[in-house]
Amino acid sequence: MSSAVEQVTPREITTEPRRSDRVFRGIVTAGGFSSLLILGLITAFLGYRGFEVILEEGFGFITNSDWSITTDEAGNVVESNFGLAAMLVGTILCAFIAVIIAVPISVFSALFLNFYAPNWLKRILIAIIDLMAAFPSILFGIWGFLVLMPSVEYWAKLINKYLGFIPLFEVKPYFVTRSPFVAGVVLAIMIIPIITSVSREVFAQAPLDRIQAAYALGATRWAMIKAVVIPHGRSGVIGGAMLGLGRAMGETVAVFTVLNIVFQVNWHVLLGAGGNVASLIILKFGDASPYEIKALMAAGLVLFVMTLGVNALADFIVKRTGKSGR
Amino acid sequence: MTSAEMLTPENPKVLGTGLEARGVHAWFGKNHVLSDINLNFAAGTVTALIGPSGCGKSTFIRTINRMHEFIPTAAMAGEVFLDGKDVYASGTDVTKIRLKIGMVFQKPNPFPSMTIGENVLSGLKLAQLKVPNKDDLLEECLTRAGLWKEVKDRLSAHGGSLSGGQQQRLCIARSLAVAPQVLLMDEPCSALDPGSTLRIEETIRELSDSMTIVIVTHNMQQAARVSDYTAFFLSDGGPGEMIETAPTSEIFSRPKDKRTEDYVTGRFG
Repeated sequence: MSSAVEQVTPREITTEPRRSDRVFRGIVTAGGFSSLLILGLITAFLGYRGFEVILEEGFGFITNSDWSITTDEAGNVVESNFGLAAMLVGTILCAFIAVIIAVPISVFSALFLNFYAPNWLKRILIAIIDLMAAFPSILFGIWGFLVLMPSVEYWAKLINKYLGFIPLFEVKPYFVTRSPFVAGVVLAIMIIPIITSVSREVFAQAPLDRIQAAYALGATRWAMIKAVVIPHGRSGVIGGAMLGLGRAMGETVAVFTVLNIVFQVNWHVLLGAGGNVASLIILKFGDASPYEIKALMAAGLVLFVMTLGVNALADFIVKRTGKSGR
Repeated sequence: MTSAEMLTPENPKVLGTGLEARGVHAWFGKNHVLSDINLNFAAGTVTALIGPSGCGKSTFIRTINRMHEFIPTAAMAGEVFLDGKDVYASGTDVTKIRLKIGMVFQKPNPFPSMTIGENVLSGLKLAQLKVPNKDDLLEECLTRAGLWKEVKDRLSAHGGSLSGGQQQRLCIARSLAVAPQVLLMDEPCSALDPGSTLRIEETIRELSDSMTIVIVTHNMQQAARVSDYTAFFLSDGGPGEMIETAPTSEIFSRPKDKRTEDYVTGRFG
């Protein structure tokens, strides 16, 4: 009896899909894989064009910060030095300044929109914020250059005066225009819409029954937000911030317009010297020799890998913190 | 207040002097859902609100602790007196009203990000109250809600790890922590199994020694088991009205109104 039971194996369960279902399946599968294919092709292209330079420079490509190329009259490369260190540091620095400024502003505006703003104002503000997301980045850059820079300079001087003892805020020689700080502020304005709309979405999903529970216990609105909405939305806000970070790291024109690109690693955020991989590419692309173009492609690959890394990290953080809030 | 004084049992432990609703109406937008409700809730009694779905029972108890106004377009008229003061009087701090009038909802809703212990004490944090000994309060509230024995060894587990019935008792314990005079219960057992329902009914009986309880229920046996007074609500297409209120035994044995009789004998609803 028992041996007969042991011999039973689960049946294979199948279904024969209809043709229309199979066709549709094919279409959506193609859609799903297209982004992977495009991404793969771009990566392959960057790798193919850049590998020569990466092999030549080795690890120094990301640890050195020289960027020079000498050619003879015939156009042959005599000597070349390509290093991205300054640009990578600058990219990270600008992006982090942007996120540090943008996250609190975005979270507060998302909370305001969801829990304080009257309906008519909410509709108007959401439309404006969405518009901000679609605003061309060159305009942000120009506005940053002409309008923001002079006033941010004032703030930079203030920070330097009172917090200058912290190495990060040191400025020597005293040159505060076109610093990573200015670029960070411009980037912050650019990523506020993304972080705000992601935060707004997750805050709006805070469960109504818990919100009512908090109010029924005599909570003020702010106490309710602290107890229910923020724990619920935390992982979503982190995800939004990482999305913003990714955008800030890849941003080109706006940074290029306001940043003074210097090939020297600079951690002093207020000093007018910095870099950004994407701006480097746009700075050098126009009159680059074929060999230098290869170096720029390699730089693009490094930026791409770095952005990918940030996104993976974001995913990891969101998954890890996601459970506690729900 | 006269009828309230008449009905109040001589019990010095009972908090407050009861609750009175006077001429309460409620609207959602232009929809008039509740008409002219006059009800007295004597201190230390349990009052059951019964009636078919959509007759405004839940809306009525939500006007008592001012949760009604959270729904956009919601409006009300009339007065609700707690300790002789209208809770809708201008200049009233609504959060203080809700501290005195606790509420237990239909679906258990513990805070998922908090542990069992934190859930019980969450009201203190939310309302920024200080108590001398939190551990004692925690034990007392969980004991009164009939949950202490089951959770005392895992107070730091998350509230969501409990069963539905335990979660509901956790929500009751959470309401008790801020020492309300009145506890409103909106169909607290409708999502629970019979065993859990019985535990909660026992809890209600025990709590009624020290506070005023108003419970909305669709279960007439439950009303008969737990309540001292019963009020029958009905809507015949128009706004919900209170048809009759009396001691529970009378409502179920010799109701004055024909409609009440039809309802409690199961002829409709």
